Amino acid sequence: MIPARFDYHRPDSVAAAVGLLQQHGDEARVVAGGHSLIPMMKLRMAAPAHLVDLQGIAALRGIEAGERIRIGAMVTQSEMIAHAGLAEAAPILAEAARQIADPQVRNLGTVGGNVANGDPGNDLPALMLCLDATFTLEGPEGVREVAARGFYEAPYVTAREEEEILTAVGFDRPARGFAYEKQKRKIGDYATAAAAVLIGAEGGRVVSASVAMTNVADVPVFSAAAGEALVSTDCAADAVAAAVAAMQGDIDPVEDNRGPVEFKRHVAGVILTRAIARAWSRA
Amino acid sequence: MKDLPDSAERRANLKGLGCARKRVEDARFTQGKGNYVDDIKLPGMLFGDFVRSPYAHARVKSIDASAALALPGVVAVLTAKDLEPLGLHWMPTLAGDKQMVLADGKVLFQGQEVAFVVATDRYIAADAVELVEVDYEDLPVVVDPFKAQEPDAPVLREDLAGVTEGAHGPRRHHNHIFTWEQGDAEGATAAIDGSEVIAEETIYYHRTHPCPLETCGCVASMDKVNGKLTVWGTFQAPHVVRTVASLLSGIDEHNIRVVSPDIGGGFGNKVGVYPGYVCSIVATIVTGKPVKWVEDRMENLMATAFARDYWMKGRIGATRDGRITGLHAHVTADHGAFDACADPTKFPAGFFHICTGSYDIPVAYCAVDGVYTNKAPGGVAYRCSFRVTEAAYFIERMIEILAIRLGMDAAELRRINFIRKDQFPYISALGWEYDSGDYHTAWDKALKAVDYEGLRREQAERVEAFRRGETRKLLGIGLTHFTEIVGAGPVKNCDILGMGMFDSCEIRIHPTGSAIARLGTISQGQGHATTFAQILASETGIPADKITIEEGDTDTAPYGLGTYGSRSTPVAGAATAMAGRKIRAKAQMIAAYLLEVHDDDLEWDVDRFAVKGAPERFKTMAEIAYAAYNQAIPGLEPGLEAVSYYDPPNMTYPFGAYICVMEIDVDTGEWQVRQFYALDDCGTRINPMIIEGQVHGGLTEALAIAMGQEIAYDDMGNVRTGTLMDFFLPTAWETPNYQTDWTETPSPHHPIGAKGVGESPNVGGVPAFSNAVHDAFRAFGLTQTHMPHDHWRIWRTARDLGLHG
Ligand SMILES: Cc1cc2nc3c(=O)[nH]c(=O)nc-3n(C[C@H](O)[C@H](O)[C@H](O)COP(=O)(O)OP(=O)(O)OC[C@H]3O[C@@H](n4cnc5c(N)ncnc54)[C@H](O)[C@@H]3O)c2cc1C
Repeated sequence: MIPARFDYHRPDSVAAAVGLLQQHGDEARVVAGGHSLIPMMKLRMAAPAHLVDLQGIAALRGIEAGERIRIGAMVTQSEMIAHAGLAEAAPILAEAARQIADPQVRNLGTVGGNVANGDPGNDLPALMLCLDATFTLEGPEGVREVAARGFYEAPYVTAREEEEILTAVGFDRPARGFAYEKQKRKIGDYATAAAAVLIGAEGGRVVSASVAMTNVADVPVFSAAAGEALVSTDCAADAVAAAVAAMQGDIDPVEDNRGPVEFKRHVAGVILTRAIARAWSRA
Repeated sequence: MKDLPDSAERRANLKGLGCARKRVEDARFTQGKGNYVDDIKLPGMLFGDFVRSPYAHARVKSIDASAALALPGVVAVLTAKDLEPLGLHWMPTLAGDKQMVLADGKVLFQGQEVAFVVATDRYIAADAVELVEVDYEDLPVVVDPFKAQEPDAPVLREDLAGVTEGAHGPRRHHNHIFTWEQGDAEGATAAIDGSEVIAEETIYYHRTHPCPLETCGCVASMDKVNGKLTVWGTFQAPHVVRTVASLLSGIDEHNIRVVSPDIGGGFGNKVGVYPGYVCSIVATIVTGKPVKWVEDRMENLMATAFARDYWMKGRIGATRDGRITGLHAHVTADHGAFDACADPTKFPAGFFHICTGSYDIPVAYCAVDGVYTNKAPGGVAYRCSFRVTEAAYFIERMIEILAIRLGMDAAELRRINFIRKDQFPYISALGWEYDSGDYHTAWDKALKAVDYEGLRREQAERVEAFRRGETRKLLGIGLTHFTEIVGAGPVKNCDILGMGMFDSCEIRIHPTGSAIARLGTISQGQGHATTFAQILASETGIPADKITIEEGDTDTAPYGLGTYGSRSTPVAGAATAMAGRKIRAKAQMIAAYLLEVHDDDLEWDVDRFAVKGAPERFKTMAEIAYAAYNQAIPGLEPGLEAVSYYDPPNMTYPFGAYICVMEIDVDTGEWQVRQFYALDDCGTRINPMIIEGQVHGGLTEALAIAMGQEIAYDDMGNVRTGTLMDFFLPTAWETPNYQTDWTETPSPHHPIGAKGVGESPNVGGVPAFSNAVHDAFRAFGLTQTHMPHDHWRIWRTARDLGLHG
């Protein structure tokens, strides 16, 4: 529970932060809310010699909630939950974020840290897949945009280069029907399984559907096939069953203290069924 | 009389027995002003940290500390080789076994202490731990107590090679510790075999841990000038620690001062003597500087006193109409690598023979086999050494299973078999003398409070609705009527390391009528400073607000055996009342002198002695106290002080009726406690608010244990639940609302009739929660499944019963 020695830096611009990352290479890590990184450091599973704190960079903080939504990387999970514009434009954000840990964690944990971390247990990555978000990355070569759906490669391995900083997430105002459903053992726990669902409907039929899953594979899972199974249906039992079957084909959970694989697959199905029902009822 | 307040008003002013007095401790705790071990900072203090074994069973081939010693700030690295010349590389346990202080040639559990690094700074110590190179050769691991007893099982305790006689009788296998029996084996078997209905089941109570908010730690400081060793630590039994420290170190006991400052929860986790204490003491003696050692959360969960790991095989017989005929229990007890329980010498399985519970069972037998495995030692926590919790869980499960076999309602089965009020004092088949009880009254009150009949109707309807496919949730009604045995205990058969389990109180009344009392116990959150003052207030007529209670400093407090096993009120509370009575006896003589009457002409009235028949002639305790110090009273020594060492004539037997109503989702295994009703009878109630707090806390522990908390090991002996991510500690969110209630059946042998309540809710709560889970599935054929009932295990139960379609 005692981290190894490190030097602490607090730059006031993205350029300065990138400069520090360039200077110290893989000896350096950025720290945002610290609520994933610092526990790892206390366990000495991470031991960066240089910690680059992003708290001093005002440019990473804003929220825009128009037709296109943009959330700065250093916006905390609590700020995201409390934001009136986001509540109106994309209520799925608050529904999902409220299920992250507890208020203490959410007061410090950031949106950027949650999506950049690359832990399949984090809730916001699957949500970003579901929203078809793009991530803005800034590094020595300049600024680029990466689709969330192409970002997650393996546990803690993402498309972000080591010297890049994730500055914001952006996505279009989502469809009306939404749900983020999560089963966990207790407050402060990562998901046994969680499902993000967005459904757009017209005339009693699904016109668009998007499904993504948390913590049921070594990366967050976007299940295109599950969404397709719902389109043009009225979300009746057979359509939902087809979506669940499609999702089951895309996930690959592993056994841990939350339970064996068979249980997790079963729960993923139940959770998705419930999420679809709730999203459909709001569509 | 003129304007004197009447007795009732004066009594209320005392805030004595029965008053829901606010906790005097809370002012400092709620402001962050407590003083815990880790708050102690001494000039020049060094910090210790352990190198711990990553393996559950391995030979330690070599330890190379040179890189660690080369790190600036590192003062020393202790290994078993350094402790050996002092005879401190092993130490005796509180259960007649011995235990390695630092790995001596091999390690026997993951997290075992291998080397102790001492540095000038906590961070440097942690860095140095990483630099100590230990060369291990792994050995075959056994974590299953049944496999441990197979003929070719790995030999764990090589130090015991050839030792066929253990501390508690013959050892029949290299991993066998003891076999302990109680009762009439043949009689029980014959009675059960001849019964119309027999139920047989193995009940497992898994390994768990109390996870106190504050972990274990100490600061040891040797003053080389005056030869005095002071040890501040998280000790539930500071006086015993002093004696053990003296015996181990050879330092005279008067030269050792042990202090327990504020303690952030103990639950038995802080009864034992840990390697960290020994190493800190050695380090301060060697370096001449104070040494602090405080373990972290993972160390606490992995290496300190756990609870349970009991496999209880039961047989119970009954007549067709539900009268129990006999009980038979055989337990396989997994003690881990060393037998480090804290048992009275005569009771290696504690008081497991309370396993006949609240029932009038004519004949019974129990046997316990203690076994070594490659797991952490120290079954002390949560009443584990006393094994009452295990016994209560066992009998309350067996009753439920018997009800299933009989096709009978489990509440009715209990009622039929309860010991009746007129049978007390009651001698159980396994030899206990239950002091008092009125189980039928408590039970009926409980059933009525929850509308038991209505709940059963609702449950039946729910089952029908489930079968029709209208719901996926089942309803469980968990019943428990537990009988506790607390207040260890009579010196004639209860001891810790030979020290009788009495307790003590010393009281000094100051000239102006306030007082200080010191006890041999130590609060870890129980609120002793509040309640013991209330006992004294009622006994001496001094308002509780004018009484300071002090515990935990062996230089000032009288010797006592400490606080665990709900013993403080039954034993130290009794000593407190008795000391108060000695004060009152002397006060009566002083009052008689002052009023110029004979002692016998006085009567006690709340806070004063008044002349019989002339209540306007009186002396208050405050006046008497003053006189005790400023008048020469013929035949009496000046001053007003008393000491009492109380050896309880018997244990006390608190009891309670708990009912849990739980909703269970068969598809996800999620559960929700809809209602929890807890009736406790702890005899005389000293402070109802503190009782309620103790009950809420204990029930929440029970919830955790029953519903998810465990120390789980994989086959390699790795701890799988060593952090709070996986170790279930309920928050306000998981914790249900509790409905508390009470009856009051005083203990006839306790000076104020109090019985103790601290552990009742843990003892009774676990079966109530677990029985609710079982009961939800009773209609579908479930008889027994093991705790903890976390989501996936409940889901598995539903699946195995074919409920997933
Ligand atoms: C008890 C507990 C329970 C939790 N439960 C959940 C849960 O249920 N669901 C959930 O989703 N999360 C959970 N978390 C994690 C929490 O949400 C973290 O806050 C989050 O994962 C990381 O955000 P952070 O701002 O704290 O990032 P940090 O911990 O500071 O950083 C995490 C990682 O991301 C990198 N990083 C951070 N920001 C950036 C950036 N802008 N650009 C590039 N790299 C960056 C860091 O270098 C580090 O590698 C829990 C945490 C705790 C302590």
